[in-house]
Amino acid sequence: MMQIGLGHYLTVGAILFTLGVFGIFLNRKNVITILMSVELMLLAVNMNMVAFSTHLHDLAGQVFALFILTVAAAEAAIGLAIVVVFFRNRGSIEVEDINQMKG
Amino acid sequence: MYELPNLVPALPEILLAVAALGLLMVGVFRKKDATGFVGGLAVAALVVAGIVEVNLARVPVVTTLGGMFVLDGFAVFVKALVLLAAVLTAIMSLSWLRQEKLGQFEFPVLLIFATLGMMMMVSANDLMALYLGLELQSLSLYVLAAYHRDNLRSTEAGLKYFMLGALASGLLLFGASFIYGFTGATGFDAIAKALGDGASVPVGVTVGIVFLLAGLAFKISAVPFHMWTPDVYEGAPTPVTALFAVGPKIAALALLIRVMVGPFGHLVEQWHQVVVALSLASMVLGAFAAIHQTNIKRLMAYSSIGHVGYALIGVAVGNAAGVRGVLVYLAIYLFMNIGTFTVILSMRQRGRMVEQIEDLAGLSKSNPLMALALAIFMFSMAGIPPLAGFFGKLYVFIAAIQAHMYTLAVLGVLTSVVGAYYYLRIVKVMYFDEPADSFDRPIGRSMTFILTGTSLVILLFFLFPEMLLTGAETAAASLFHG
Repeated sequence: MMQIGLGHYLTVGAILFTLGVFGIFLNRKNVITILMSVELMLLAVNMNMVAFSTHLHDLAGQVFALFILTVAAAEAAIGLAIVVVFFRNRGSIEVEDINQMKG
Repeated sequence: MYELPNLVPALPEILLAVAALGLLMVGVFRKKDATGFVGGLAVAALVVAGIVEVNLARVPVVTTLGGMFVLDGFAVFVKALVLLAAVLTAIMSLSWLRQEKLGQFEFPVLLIFATLGMMMMVSANDLMALYLGLELQSLSLYVLAAYHRDNLRSTEAGLKYFMLGALASGLLLFGASFIYGFTGATGFDAIAKALGDGASVPVGVTVGIVFLLAGLAFKISAVPFHMWTPDVYEGAPTPVTALFAVGPKIAALALLIRVMVGPFGHLVEQWHQVVVALSLASMVLGAFAAIHQTNIKRLMAYSSIGHVGYALIGVAVGNAAGVRGVLVYLAIYLFMNIGTFTVILSMRQRGRMVEQIEDLAGLSKSNPLMALALAIFMFSMAGIPPLAGFFGKLYVFIAAIQAHMYTLAVLGVLTSVVGAYYYLRIVKVMYFDEPADSFDRPIGRSMTFILTGTSLVILLFFLFPEMLLTGAETAAASLFHG
């Protein structure tokens, strides 16, 4: 039987993180998708942290993960608030409509 | 028995945190518009924090709060710069808030929180403290960028800053998780101990350092992580742009120095090439991309990218002389930028802000003193002696040459020649172009005061450079105490 070890967790974490980064750059539709991708990245990091923490028998990683969760919540709140004020001015949250400044 | 940690080294931070929370209360409970009142108190709180900070300068290197917080000469020097930037931008923004009738007391409170975050970054001695300080700073700045909430450009700037800033935090955290996993510690001292003399470095740590560097490069807007800078600088309200150009940059560069020469000081070969590449790319792009700009705030964005490139030369050198060069550079950069943004804030025609470079035409006739001040700043940014900007560049170039990094120094000189073109173009527009509409006058007492002060510092720096030089020298030495 296969033992699930640190390497597996790190692989999943890396895959989730890459998905998050690609979600930000390849997404041409909606800003909400970007917010979701950001969350995905942070959760991937959390997974790494907890996996390392168990592997090392050290609690610091889990404390770090709790801090990341808290800050991610604040970040999502601020991000959504900025999306709302942008929507009020622009009437759209399509990524291609964020185009007032260029050059 | 639980023992209270030594809180004295963190006194300025505690003071600012309490002040910000108290001012929120004051703002909520005051019946009429509290912007001016809260703003005045915020400036007072920042000044008091600055005085306390400077008086802490005598203590030797101390760590407290479980080793998460460190106070040394380097931290005191950089925090004094950050607080000075915060005070000056707070004063600038108060008159701006009055003119634009955006009276909301949250602005100064957010400014204090952002400053608090920057100070935490500078004193961070643990990956967790680094992250929390960085996020406190960034979250406050996202809101400040979108502060003009009925303005499409401002909200767009906030949105762009938020998206790319969040991406940067993600990269930084991913790196932090690898560094933690492969060294087994989050504290900088423990990481340094785990890595030893850098003879055998796990691959995971190298990956972690690269991600951490990428995240920090976003925050200091070094090329190729600079894409957000021009848009955010252009869209954000002008006083906020002034803050962006100095405060977060100084704090993030200090953080970069602390992380790189602290726990990873023995791993110079691992990160040296990356910093050199960031520095070269920033200098070149900052010089060439600014040439075609017509909006002065956008021009300042590219100029700041270029300046970050010069400052990174000192980081790449990675010894005490290099760090001293960076500190001198940042201090002078602070005065040049605050002064320039004071002029940009005063560019109002019939009660409306204008920000095109052509709008400056004929300023030498309509307001000769302001034109003279802006000319001083532009000559200084171009690095023309005997103005202060020349000395800033001189010390980083000297450090690079002493460390035999001739490519960086030569390219630095060449790109500052290219950069001189667009700085001098502004002087040409002011002095030789046909006058356009003149700007509204008077510009206000506090603005005149800041403008006079900063231009005098830039103009007369060469007469008494010892104060800044010795200060930067001891600050840099405290980082390399052994």
